[in-house]
Amino acid sequence: MTDAFADLRDLYQEVILDHGRHPRNFRRLGPPARHAKGDNPMCGDRVEVWVRLEEGERIAEAAFEGRGCAISIASASLMTETVRGKSAKQARALADAFRTLVRTGRCPMCGGVHAEDLERLRPLSGVAEYPSRVKCATLAWHALEAALAGEATATSA
Amino acid sequence: MSQAAIAMVHPGFDVFAIRREFPILAESVRGKPLIYLDSAASAQKPRAVIEAMVQAMEHQYANVHRGLHWMSERTTEAFETARDAVARFLNAPSREEIVFTKNATEAINLVAHAYGRGVMDPAKAVLISAMEHHANIIPWQMLRDERGIELRVCPITAEGELDWAGFERLLADGRVGLVAITHMSNVLGTVTPAERIARAAHDAGALVLFDGSQAAVHRRVDVQAIGADFYVFTGHKLYGPTGIGVLWARAELLERMPPFLGGGDMISSVSFEKAEWARIPHKFEAGTPPILEGIGLAAAIAWVERVGLEAIEEHERALTDFALARLSAIEGVRIFGRAQDRGGVVTFALDRAHAHDVATLLDRQGIAVRAGHHCAEPLMRVLGVDSTARASFAAYTTRAEIDALAEALERVRRFFA
Repeated sequence: MTDAFADLRDLYQEVILDHGRHPRNFRRLGPPARHAKGDNPMCGDRVEVWVRLEEGERIAEAAFEGRGCAISIASASLMTETVRGKSAKQARALADAFRTLVRTGRCPMCGGVHAEDLERLRPLSGVAEYPSRVKCATLAWHALEAALAGEATATSA
Repeated sequence: MSQAAIAMVHPGFDVFAIRREFPILAESVRGKPLIYLDSAASAQKPRAVIEAMVQAMEHQYANVHRGLHWMSERTTEAFETARDAVARFLNAPSREEIVFTKNATEAINLVAHAYGRGVMDPAKAVLISAMEHHANIIPWQMLRDERGIELRVCPITAEGELDWAGFERLLADGRVGLVAITHMSNVLGTVTPAERIARAAHDAGALVLFDGSQAAVHRRVDVQAIGADFYVFTGHKLYGPTGIGVLWARAELLERMPPFLGGGDMISSVSFEKAEWARIPHKFEAGTPPILEGIGLAAAIAWVERVGLEAIEEHERALTDFALARLSAIEGVRIFGRAQDRGGVVTFALDRAHAHDVATLLDRQGIAVRAGHHCAEPLMRVLGVDSTARASFAAYTTRAEIDALAEALERVRRFFA
């Protein structure tokens, strides 16, 4: 069957629509989870991210709440899945690789240690075509990094 | 109303002939003909405007008001002709009342500084409405924070019209010094009753400033008939270039206002001890003015006058009625603003999709709309939404483009269903 929405689907792939509609880990975590807010005043997107660390460094659980476009919600949802089990340092490296992916559409780190995770995040790479939407995709990641650093707020830059 | 009916009202109005005057409308986006429904953000430019600016740069250009040479004299003449064109366009009593600024935002800031800080009694309040663009909110908040003046906000009705009872109530104590209000909302399309507002303001001892950024594009503005004290608009929404805006104010007010920016062109004599201000309007035009932009704006006004503002208004009214009917018929579409008197913008939301996703998905189909808070965040809060999408129309917009928007939006709805 031909896809009636092929022209729309290349940017909004099924995984984005799915996570946008049914975000995973969409809840709050209680203390002692670390927590930070991310705010994109340009479009009103707002997320709050919680991370629970175990044995000091490793992310046992990540969760979020927020409202915004399908891109920002899907990105946050996918993030909470991919950072689970990572050390804070690994999560920061993944955040960097992800930012490169959505800003440039290219994935220089895709062959590296985070290949599998980046492959899961790759459907978001289409936003590189829309510089004004890149911030939607990176907002939750900024909030995650702020939470890991013990800061209360992050503004998607 | 059908195109044929419009043609009967304005026999000279031919949207397809008009489109041929806009080179950009021949462009494609994502392999599809451009459907530009974002004219309220900035309008496209007719060839007449482009050529007037190119002509100046290629054949007749120098700085103005200073060179004692042929090129400067001719350029000064062309630039000052723009002032005459704007004065006629607004039916201003005098060309000296036309001050060129960078845009409408700067024009409002000029009034907030030179009148708000320089002339207005700090015990007086400024009254705005809940449907203002940030350009007509922030300058007054800054004045409030600096001078401690009171800033009042008139509510709007569920239809998106000015709450008249509320407006009168806010004027009643006679403490409002200035009413600063939009003449047409960039979000709701609402055209405000300017004459009535001016009369009520004056009766309450207040002056009135109209933000005409949208209104001046869509209908004839007569500042004397309105009874305005200040009127601002911008060139780039009026089919003219960016970088030029207009402040019209009554000469008596301009005379009393101190300068806004200091520099060349705004003084008559200078020593290291003091300076004498130039006559109006030059007192408010420090530095080299937007010369080419002025020439472009004059060409834009000439173009609009040739097509006819009345014909444009009629055309856009028919398009707006058509768009409201087409979009309302789509399941899950909510339209913001149902004012009786309205201009060519239609703001909407789709219940299962965020406005940014809607705009991006329309863009994939070659259709340009605005999405976000439209520089009116407080209004978004009043409407109870984070962001909305907006389609806006111009002289070159066709019914077929609105059909395309409706069909594309229907696809987006099904895509997200």
